[in-house]
Amino acid sequence: METVIRTEKLTKRFGAFVACNELSFSVDKGEIFGFLGANGAGKTTAMRMLCGLLTPSAGKATIAGFDVYTQTEKIKQRIGYMSQKFSLYDDLSVAENIRFYGGIYGMSRPAIREKTERLLEELQLQKEAKTLVRELPLGWKQKLAFSVSIVHDPGIVFLDEPTGGVDPVTRRQFWDLIYAAADKGVTIFVTTHYMDEAEYCNRVSIMVDGVIAALDSPTALKQQFGGASMEEVFYELARKAKRKGD
Amino acid sequence: MRQLLIFIRKEFLHVFRDRKTLLMLFGLPIAQIVLFGFALSNEIKNSHIAIVDYSKDAVTQRLITRIGGSPYFNIQRTLASGDQLNAAFKKGDIKLAVIFPVGFGDDLVHTGKATMQVIADASDPNQATTITNYLNQIVLDFNSELSQGAGQRMQILPSTQMMYNPELRGAPNFVPGVMALVLMLVCTMMTSVAIVREKELGTMEILLVSPFKPFYIILSKLAPNLLISVVNLFIILALSDIFLDLPVKGSLLLLVTGSVLFILTCLSIGLLLSINAQTQQAAMMGSMMGMMLPTMLLTGFLFPIENMPVALQVLSNLVPSRWYFIIIKQVMLKGLGFSAVWKEMLILTGMCALLFTISLKKFKIRLQ
Repeated sequence: METVIRTEKLTKRFGAFVACNELSFSVDKGEIFGFLGANGAGKTTAMRMLCGLLTPSAGKATIAGFDVYTQTEKIKQRIGYMSQKFSLYDDLSVAENIRFYGGIYGMSRPAIREKTERLLEELQLQKEAKTLVRELPLGWKQKLAFSVSIVHDPGIVFLDEPTGGVDPVTRRQFWDLIYAAADKGVTIFVTTHYMDEAEYCNRVSIMVDGVIAALDSPTALKQQFGGASMEEVFYELARKAKRKGD
Repeated sequence: MRQLLIFIRKEFLHVFRDRKTLLMLFGLPIAQIVLFGFALSNEIKNSHIAIVDYSKDAVTQRLITRIGGSPYFNIQRTLASGDQLNAAFKKGDIKLAVIFPVGFGDDLVHTGKATMQVIADASDPNQATTITNYLNQIVLDFNSELSQGAGQRMQILPSTQMMYNPELRGAPNFVPGVMALVLMLVCTMMTSVAIVREKELGTMEILLVSPFKPFYIILSKLAPNLLISVVNLFIILALSDIFLDLPVKGSLLLLVTGSVLFILTCLSIGLLLSINAQTQQAAMMGSMMGMMLPTMLLTGFLFPIENMPVALQVLSNLVPSRWYFIIIKQVMLKGLGFSAVWKEMLILTGMCALLFTISLKKFKIRLQ
């Protein structure tokens, strides 16, 4: 199995505060890797380091074989990112958003046109191509945001709490999209607060107070911590946290 | 390059989809020019004035009654000597003072000529001009009445002195002022808001994760505002030519070059603001408080800089609109050429280069 994300003792300090302490893990190609933790545990910081938004304080990390310190430009070409905040432009239409994000990733005009058609078809949004994004229901927006984050066919996509505030049916549909992408060989690195979503992941890591407290498949974790569900496993670990959430 | 064009296109879409802001952007200069234009021609009634009469003769009595009877004046004080005038002006009790010298009436009867002194508070130049004109009109009427009655030519000559602002920067001052203000507002506010909005939306993160160059983000944000500002510039110039009778006397090219320099300086300030502001409101307040007030107060179009305390005079050197204001006045109103404004142009270029470099350096490639 090809390893696409590898970190060794990856650390980020903000002054005296250690947000991420010696994180070591690796993620394989095509894997859906769940990155769990309570608020303030350091998930977002870790993800930002991997995306090249933050420089690590210490440790090593490679994304698709490229170093996060020196080769961020190469990394940027190969990853997609969907942030916690909804990240499409409200005042642009569905098609304009797709075209814009395809464009800034340097896709050619015909490639963008073809991709736009395919995405609209996949999302069944053909009729809404010219609708402004602000007029779409939240669930649709979220699915569109995911599709846009992988519009340039990246090998890895980072999803930072992609399903916050979305109803269960839409979340289910959203995960169908994630599975479809993973089937095509896209590696999914996802943070979430929904424990049912954790069950959908191939492997899950749980961060507590800046360190990785557990890392395995959901089944193995449930056995290890003697919980019936990921919910219980998470609770078991997270309640030991000393840091207050944000 | 194509990526840059795609981004710029997106910025224009943002601008054109936001009809309300667009309307405000183009409505603002029009409203300002029209407002100032009409405000200039407004009547001023009941101005408080002081009279110092050293002569105390029949003629001065008649003229004083005449002045007091006019709806434009309200004789606040009749002073025995001119020494108290200064204090009254400083307190703002009076806007104008009339002084009749000793032997005023005798002069008039014997030589057919007499001079009266008129002192106006010109810190508000428009008001000073208007009320002095009212007074001159009263004196003119009085002259012809006297001449008719006496059967010989009698002439009272008002000798006018503008206090606090002898140059009497008045009406034509407003157009350059409005130009500086509007351009400053549009450029600074729109730029900072456009960038901070991406931060608020969370799209800035996405952009920074993408291979799109941060420098291009800045360029794309500046492009629409530059265009809007140049269009605004021409609207203001056209309006002031048509309605206020203030055509561009000098070279239009020179004026536009100076304006573009100023616009770029303001865009850089907007950029700098956006780096520090986290919300659109903060960016908005920053540009309003940080830029609009200094532009109004320290540019010299409302209050003459020469009469300010030294500290403020020094401070005013840092305000870009102060230099731009001089450029417009020299080129547009006086019709002077490059040799008259090269220093101001150079200062603006320096400011622009400095601000742009700083903001470029501070514009974070990484979020923290």
